[in-house]
Amino acid sequence: MTKPLSKMVEEIKPSGIRKFFDLVSEMKDAISLGVGEPDFDTPWHIRDEGIFALEKGKTFYTSNAGLKELREEISNYLNRRLELNYNPNKEILVTVGGSEAIDVGLRALINPEDEVIIPQPSYVSYEPCAILAGAKPVIINLKAENEFRLTADELKNVITDKTKILILPYPNNPTGAVMERSNLEEIANIIIENDIYVMSDEIYAELTYKDKHVSIASLEGMKERTILINGFSKAYAMTGWRLGYACAPENIIKQMTKIHQFAIMCAPTTSQYAAIEALKKGDDDVKEMRTAYNQRRRFLMNAFKEMGLDCFEPFGAFYVFPCIKEFGMTSEEFATRFLEEEKVAVVPGNAFGNSGEGFVRISYAYSLDNLKTAIGRLKNFVNRLRELKP
Amino acid sequence: MRNELLTLIEKNSRISLTELSVLLGVKEVEIAEELAKLEQEGIICGYHTLINWDKTSIEKVTALIEVKVTPQRGQGFDRIAERIYNYPEVKSVYLISGGYDLLVTLEEKTLKEIASFVSDKLSTLESVLSTATHFILKKYKDHGTVFDKKRDDEREVISP
Repeated sequence: MTKPLSKMVEEIKPSGIRKFFDLVSEMKDAISLGVGEPDFDTPWHIRDEGIFALEKGKTFYTSNAGLKELREEISNYLNRRLELNYNPNKEILVTVGGSEAIDVGLRALINPEDEVIIPQPSYVSYEPCAILAGAKPVIINLKAENEFRLTADELKNVITDKTKILILPYPNNPTGAVMERSNLEEIANIIIENDIYVMSDEIYAELTYKDKHVSIASLEGMKERTILINGFSKAYAMTGWRLGYACAPENIIKQMTKIHQFAIMCAPTTSQYAAIEALKKGDDDVKEMRTAYNQRRRFLMNAFKEMGLDCFEPFGAFYVFPCIKEFGMTSEEFATRFLEEEKVAVVPGNAFGNSGEGFVRISYAYSLDNLKTAIGRLKNFVNRLRELKP
Repeated sequence: MRNELLTLIEKNSRISLTELSVLLGVKEVEIAEELAKLEQEGIICGYHTLINWDKTSIEKVTALIEVKVTPQRGQGFDRIAERIYNYPEVKSVYLISGGYDLLVTLEEKTLKEIASFVSDKLSTLESVLSTATHFILKKYKDHGTVFDKKRDDEREVISP
């Protein structure tokens, strides 16, 4: 064949993580601190419901929007945990992971030339999804001195006549940053003033360690302009089940459902049945995992303090994002040498956007024993680098 | 802090004060005080080690014995339970709802020793009506810990 492939797709850079993945995969005995998924198994009672659904022969498509019972449980859950009110019949769409919801949500909203504001460092798929939807991504480089929160000024500076959507990725992957209510209120004012939409990716909403997560959709005047993204992967350790959801005003969900219907049909049926159980009886599991993550988070913060490694204290997700600028290397150089010399894999911060340069992402979705070994090696590495420095 | 502390030391009684302090974000002195209180209040009753005896050369036989008894006036089941738990070879005694009253765990070196304990000591107690002895063939999981199971991390080494 000589005819060219899609130019738009060809121009999209492959994920910066890919390159590093290949490097780590070749190294057999490396310890990885590079994963973005929980180390816990899906709680047994949830798996058991999945098995039971299969046994009963629940192997057909569900309705496009997802099982009614599941949407009702999602609605109950959001009300119980985040003070949100979504109508299960009209305002909730069950998707294949939060990732599908991001893609479909952007596609449902964007017209050519629209601008999508993406604060970075953040999850790797916002920018390509926005481009594929035909939008022009506008990047905000978040700052370490603001603990990687989005500030009102940063937002104001990039808003134009063409601004359509702000993507709000908190609690944040890769920085672990959270937005507090007062921060959100400032952002909400600007959003409303300029009449733009918000896509709030709250997949880590259950994993906060100081205050309870606040959804921007719960602020006055925001529900009508927010697409809320959430899912089961992080809260219930259900990454492989591929199940998430979007909540938005009826007119948006209607358009999103169209795309979902033609592209996907429906989210996996087995996963949907398991998810009902997760929402009904999973609160304690979430609490237990949150407690464990928090202990590991404290362990890492303490270890960094002892090492004198510069890191702001993150209160969300399961990542810490230490600064490695003192060593005079790029994030990639640091991560590559750390891997080669100490056999520990961390993810270079620039994989999540240019403003991640000078940082590395360390995941604490690992057992304490694992973390202890890895941090011991980090200490060796850091000490060696400091000794070598003139 | 109390519940989180208990959960941690239930899983690992050898954990140091320093580590507890880091994990809980609480000062070492405060943890030491809390532990002392928990011991005093009889909430922490001991610090044991979970051993998979099957992997050693030491022979051990464990039996679960269901015991039906007549409760005694004024003392209910407590008196008879005490009579039973005073034997050092008795590892645990629980009062149980349902078809029988007491569940006794017994650990001995041989089957014969268990048989003689049941027939000579247990059955002859005045208020014991009947017993049913079950021998444990294999322990898969004990105190929340699965024996002989080390699973590899099957996750992709790096993911966004």
